[in-house]
Amino acid sequence: MKLKSMLMGAAASAAFASAAFAGRGDDGHLNIIFWQAPSIMNPYLSGGTKELFAASMVIEPLARYDENGNMVPWLAQEIPTVENGGVSEDLKSITWKLKPGLKWSDGTPVTSEDVKFTWEYCTADGGGCAQQEKFGNVASIDTPDELTVVVHFEVPKPFPYGPFVGAQAPIIQKAQFENCMGPKAPECSEQNFAPVGTGPFVVTEFRPNDVISLKANENYREADKPAFATVTFKGGGDATAAARSVLETGEFDYAWNLQLAPDVLQKMQEAGKGKVVSSFGTLVERIMINLTDPDSKWGDERSTVKHPHPFLTDKAVRKALSMAIDRPLLVEIGYGPAGKLTCNVLPAPEIYASKANDSCLEQDIEGAKKVLDDAGWKPGPDGVRVKDGVRLSILYQTSTNAVRQDFQALIKEWWKQIGVETELRNIDASVFFGSDPGSPDTFQKFYADVEMYANNFDGTDPEAYMSNWRCDQIPGPDNQWQGNNMPRYCNPEYDKLTEEMAKTGELEKRAELAKQMNDMLMQDYIMLPLVYRGNVSAHSNSLGGVKINAWDSELWNIADWHRVK
Amino acid sequence: MTDHSADPGFEEAARPPRSQWRDVWDQFKTHKGALLGAGFFLFVVVAVMIGPWLWPIPYDAIDIRARNQGPSLAHPFGTDQLGRDMLARMLKGGQTSVAVGIAAMALSLFFGTLVGVLAGYFKRLDGPLMRFTDLFLALPLLPLLLVIIMLFRDPLRAAFGPETGIFILIVFVIGITSWMQTARIVRGDVLALKEREFVLAARSIGTPDRRMITRHLLPNVLSPIMVSATLGIANAIITESALSFLGLGFPSDFPTWGRLLFDATDYLQQYPERVIWPGLAISLTVLAVNYIGDGLRDALDPRIRGR
Repeated sequence: MKLKSMLMGAAASAAFASAAFAGRGDDGHLNIIFWQAPSIMNPYLSGGTKELFAASMVIEPLARYDENGNMVPWLAQEIPTVENGGVSEDLKSITWKLKPGLKWSDGTPVTSEDVKFTWEYCTADGGGCAQQEKFGNVASIDTPDELTVVVHFEVPKPFPYGPFVGAQAPIIQKAQFENCMGPKAPECSEQNFAPVGTGPFVVTEFRPNDVISLKANENYREADKPAFATVTFKGGGDATAAARSVLETGEFDYAWNLQLAPDVLQKMQEAGKGKVVSSFGTLVERIMINLTDPDSKWGDERSTVKHPHPFLTDKAVRKALSMAIDRPLLVEIGYGPAGKLTCNVLPAPEIYASKANDSCLEQDIEGAKKVLDDAGWKPGPDGVRVKDGVRLSILYQTSTNAVRQDFQALIKEWWKQIGVETELRNIDASVFFGSDPGSPDTFQKFYADVEMYANNFDGTDPEAYMSNWRCDQIPGPDNQWQGNNMPRYCNPEYDKLTEEMAKTGELEKRAELAKQMNDMLMQDYIMLPLVYRGNVSAHSNSLGGVKINAWDSELWNIADWHRVK
Repeated sequence: MTDHSADPGFEEAARPPRSQWRDVWDQFKTHKGALLGAGFFLFVVVAVMIGPWLWPIPYDAIDIRARNQGPSLAHPFGTDQLGRDMLARMLKGGQTSVAVGIAAMALSLFFGTLVGVLAGYFKRLDGPLMRFTDLFLALPLLPLLLVIIMLFRDPLRAAFGPETGIFILIVFVIGITSWMQTARIVRGDVLALKEREFVLAARSIGTPDRRMITRHLLPNVLSPIMVSATLGIANAIITESALSFLGLGFPSDFPTWGRLLFDATDYLQQYPERVIWPGLAISLTVLAVNYIGDGLRDALDPRIRGR
């Protein structure tokens, strides 16, 4: 296969000036490795990233996000907005127009009926559709003609781009899935393993949790694409082996999700076969500060709003903790090229990213000491600062992970320098993130003074994410410790901003509000952002056209991938 | 009269019936490996106990500019990924590992011997005690540890502080989950010994059970106990490492040999020495203890002694 692809590559480069202008299938064979193997090709029946990505080579949505998080029309002619009349003035309906002449891989035309069917399929009773929230609040879908789809919502939707946008909501063929509705959905293995799609590739063989073989779609809408005739999509193994197979041995062309220490990847890259690429979504490693008292003397009421924290409620202390952190060093040590500096909990997309907090980028130990001095926290005989008999002694918890433990050790050292004593605790990730209300060690219960983890949001719209820090999102015994407001932050002004955002449709205004909320959180120092983390993948040097994408499937533009000579 | 050595009569009387332990020591001395092992183990114990006082660099001092360094004069064992001195961490880590190893071994030995002797000697207790042992053998270790740590971590932490509290917890947890093999071996030996003529003789002169056990049975099962003790130290050190790795052990910045080893595995390719130091320390200590056990077994067995 190696020789064949080389010959094909050579032939292609001899015939054309650039491989990018080669015809369909001229670049031979493509090898992709995902160390977590896909088990199904139907994203509606699996929430897994690996399934979404594998399926995105075959089935496509009306619009998707490009590598910068901008929406681009895919099967639709253009993105409907209020300005071009595609979205109604009352924000309760959106009208999509399909590109004319689209064909399924079996040669039949794509119509608006297929789009409507996709919605019916996912919302059918007893179906257990994994992407149901994408179709939240959809009241009905009209199909006035073959190419027009009108989605009606029950409530005004300032951001109506949930249904049929992104890798989670691709269009499936009505003719194929008609008899697989509701409870019968998981039984249709033939359909689920080899869906008929509009994408650049067609499944020829699917072995669950192992290998997928694909070939170029003869009916793909662009005559000269894809450049590859066949694809092998191998699953299984571990991240290290996958990285090695692309970077060191060159057996594979593309490897996904390589969360390895930066110097390990660096070392592999030195072999010269491939390169590491990263994409940045919205994932931010942060320290959450507990504004309530986790002391075990409160019994069932520990870490609830009934008992405010003895010293972390003092903003000066929180500010000093933030100032003492050397963020550039954390990025360098823990993530290398897969991390960026940030002072925001909402780092992207571009229009939502605030620049008001950038002072955090520089460590300022002396400044932090001064802040504490001014607030009346004086160093005691053991170097730990005290005020009114309260010692600045912190229990700092996180999940078990080599990089996180290094971060803990470093931050402990910096906090020691400003006179804050820190005790470290690490908890197995499955316990820490497993939201079992019976366990005392979950990140929701937060029986510690500060805790560190990473979080992000799906898609590009931050509305739901920013409402995480509303008063009613505070976890506690009354809501079984569900809720995302870990710092137990409650600010009526903040709540007002979130309500305003839910009513605002205009993008600039929404961005303005999101920034305002982000700044409010950051300047209250209830969360200390540490690193803006990326997704890391690797591709061989001979593979061109890769644009790694954190907002959609990483294989979103696989039709443009080609062999560089 | 208080000066014994000045009294020739006392010395005469004391010397000929040589003490049993003197014989044991004489025999032990002839085992070169055991002597070497004992020497090394003593060296390790002394080094980790007083080493941190002598070595000027604290184990938790971070010097980020000097990270990932190889061995040098300033850092004989090199530095780790945060620039902490490996020698200081090895010494500090050894303190914990050796202490946990010995304490947990002692605890599990005590439990194991107690259960084994009682089950072997008293027929009525045999059934229940051995089923109890089977029960413990059947317990899934990890979930049990999770529950124990979840229940007792906070009270112990409040009572003894984070490090001592966890130390007690870990010693206890390792102790009560590793006594079963010792118990089975000891029971087997006691059952066999019980049928021997000297036991019968002792019983016929009316020796009470307590004396029977301490005078006739225990000394004779000492060798299997010693062997399981040596294995127990190794097992305890390794279990402690596994616990630390899962985040159930000591705080992550508190070094133990096991944790140093696990931390280093990510860097195996780039900085192999970081795996070698703790690995070597664990294996040599375990080997030394095993040799001591071997020598002790020979020395304690009257049939081998003198040959």
